[in-house]
Amino acid sequence: MDVLKKIPVREQDAKVRACNFEEVCYGYNEEEAIAEASRCINCKNAKCIAGCPVAIDIPAFIYEVKEGNFEEASKIIGKSSALPAVCGRVCPQESQCEQKCIRGIKGEAVSIGKLERFVADWARSNGIKPELPVNKNGKKVAVIGSGPAGLTCAGDLAKMGYDVTIFEALHETGGVLVYGIPEFRLPKSKVVQQEIDNVKYLGVKIETNVVIGKSTTIDELMKEEGYEAVFIGSGAGLPKFMGIPGENANGVFSANEYLTRSNLMKAFDDTYDTPLMMGKKVAVVGGGNVAMDAARTALRLGAEVHIVYRRSEEELPARVEEVHHAMQEGIIFNLLTNPTEILADENGWVRGMRCVEMELGEPDASGRRRPVVKEGSEFEIELDMVIMSLGTSPNPLISSTTEGLEADKWKCIIANEDNGKTTKEGVYAGGDAVTGAATVILAMGAGKAAAEGINEYLTQK
Amino acid sequence: MYRILKAEMLADNIYLMNVEAKRIAKTCLPGQFVIVKMDEKGERIPLTICDYDREAGTITIVFQTVGASTERMSTLKEGDTFRDFTGPLGQPSEFVNEELNELKKKKILFVAGGVGTAPVYPQVKWLHENGINVDVIVGAKNKELLILENEMRAVAGNLYITTDDGSYIRKGMVTEVIKDLVQNQGLKYDICIAIGPMIMMKFVCLLTKELGLPTIVSMNPVMVDGTGMCGACRLTVAGKTKFACVDGPEFDGHAVNFDEAMKRQQLYKTDEGRAILRHKEGDTHHGGCGNCGGDE
Repeated sequence: MDVLKKIPVREQDAKVRACNFEEVCYGYNEEEAIAEASRCINCKNAKCIAGCPVAIDIPAFIYEVKEGNFEEASKIIGKSSALPAVCGRVCPQESQCEQKCIRGIKGEAVSIGKLERFVADWARSNGIKPELPVNKNGKKVAVIGSGPAGLTCAGDLAKMGYDVTIFEALHETGGVLVYGIPEFRLPKSKVVQQEIDNVKYLGVKIETNVVIGKSTTIDELMKEEGYEAVFIGSGAGLPKFMGIPGENANGVFSANEYLTRSNLMKAFDDTYDTPLMMGKKVAVVGGGNVAMDAARTALRLGAEVHIVYRRSEEELPARVEEVHHAMQEGIIFNLLTNPTEILADENGWVRGMRCVEMELGEPDASGRRRPVVKEGSEFEIELDMVIMSLGTSPNPLISSTTEGLEADKWKCIIANEDNGKTTKEGVYAGGDAVTGAATVILAMGAGKAAAEGINEYLTQK
Repeated sequence: MYRILKAEMLADNIYLMNVEAKRIAKTCLPGQFVIVKMDEKGERIPLTICDYDREAGTITIVFQTVGASTERMSTLKEGDTFRDFTGPLGQPSEFVNEELNELKKKKILFVAGGVGTAPVYPQVKWLHENGINVDVIVGAKNKELLILENEMRAVAGNLYITTDDGSYIRKGMVTEVIKDLVQNQGLKYDICIAIGPMIMMKFVCLLTKELGLPTIVSMNPVMVDGTGMCGACRLTVAGKTKFACVDGPEFDGHAVNFDEAMKRQQLYKTDEGRAILRHKEGDTHHGGCGNCGGDE
């Protein structure tokens, strides 16, 4: 065994998986996990912990894996993370814990994410449950949104003894974990539902179909329903469009709509009523994780899929693993390409897209080289469907209906990074509602910090 | 689960249901809508609220069977439940926020077409309860498809009913009644609120623009979540993209791009048709459409 290299993880063959929705990565078995764990040098001053937004004691859990004490390993992770099976699958480890790994200086970093996933999956299949709260304090806290931020905050508060209720706007629990991230990357019934069941097992109540700001308001929850504190983890919000001609043609969808129809409404399954347009030649505009998810979903539904992104491969904001998987599966990358118009036929259906070639100029404020249009490079591609994956802007629903809750000029809720405290007493916030679209783990980190903040507030009150 | 307290067929393919939904009944206002999902496999269907009872905690919905999910929904009976019932969504009608004294000075004309009579009803009722009587035009294909006549009569000022085929009261489109009232009878209105099929709203708006009568319409495009997340319901209003679910559903009818909206509404027509076919034929469905793989 080459100690400088990661133990490779088994995956479904790219050709086979391009036609199904089964999970791509199989994960480690016990032997592989123990072998990978023994690559960890158990640093005294472990840098990886600082790279983790929820500060899991990484060397400690990996040590237990190496020793074969998987239950103990799961307890260590459980102290810091409520959703390890999710995080082991969707965290961008290469830019977090694994980036700081000392092993990575010479050779490859320890595969922390895959080990976390192994431990979480082992705990699930062996029926290991989280430890129940010892003392209940009877204080009511409302959590808005059941995505990663809300679930984490609710789970942590329940462990501290609070009486927590989650209010979810949609008909299913899980937020982006169920409507956004596809089955082949994050299995819904096996992984997501299990993590939600664990949060419920801790005593958290969940009320679906409640749109805060419409069905009721934060002020009403606090004044009339007896909630002493509220956490807002309502997520990202409204999809952005480019503002180019033809964008309202039939066959142009936001990635949110496309993924929601496929993931949440299960439109890909014929026995469900919700329809989903099956494009034959599809362009996904954008280069983030959501763009990769939409592209790989369309591919599995039988389309030829192009990713159209205005910068180069190096600047793709998606996780390296997702880009790699997408390329393996046969997604075509039209890099340094930017759409200027969507072309429709006489009935208003997409028939193609006009694009320009780009080149990279001087770095802009973000430090990335700014793409500029190549003169005279205009060309057309033939398509029957376009998916816009350009990010989201916050939904003003909650900030506009809660007295004293301030938002910034982008309509993101203003909250203290350390404890989630907002401008309104007793109200805390975190996740995409505060930062704009980011990652599952950052939302979880914010949910965790807010749980601490709420505990401090209600203890002193 | 949301219990159905009353289920009634109003006309061919048009159904009324009273559903227990306490949170929604407490806060909803005229103009807003709910999203219903009958079971695990059903679609999320947006329906404008037809009536509400704050004390009983109930919401009244009226729907026409147009796709697989509404077809299945029509089989629900008193005592059955909806798996999901969410709302109230969208913005309330503008007039609920107006100063009552100012509102009382205005002369309002409502135009309802077909199943659009259902969302017009709570608006007329709200105004009636606040001491404002308005004129209402209701159009239906024929006498059999006319709904909520008695309910509307109880709250409307003048009620003008017209049928396309002349099988009841008068013959002709709602636009002809508007012309008759404004041009022939010389009645002056400050605002018109028109709700019905998109094609009706389009023609009402073309006419009222000519007449210089400001008009509000309630749009019912394809929708998924209804909270602003998916963007399926986007429309062009005064050259700008708007989301019907959060910015509407009511808009300035003279600024709405109806042609685009009607094209967008076609989007899932064929797929919806296929879903109906699958449902109707059940186990015996063996293709012919060439799309579902049933031919194999």
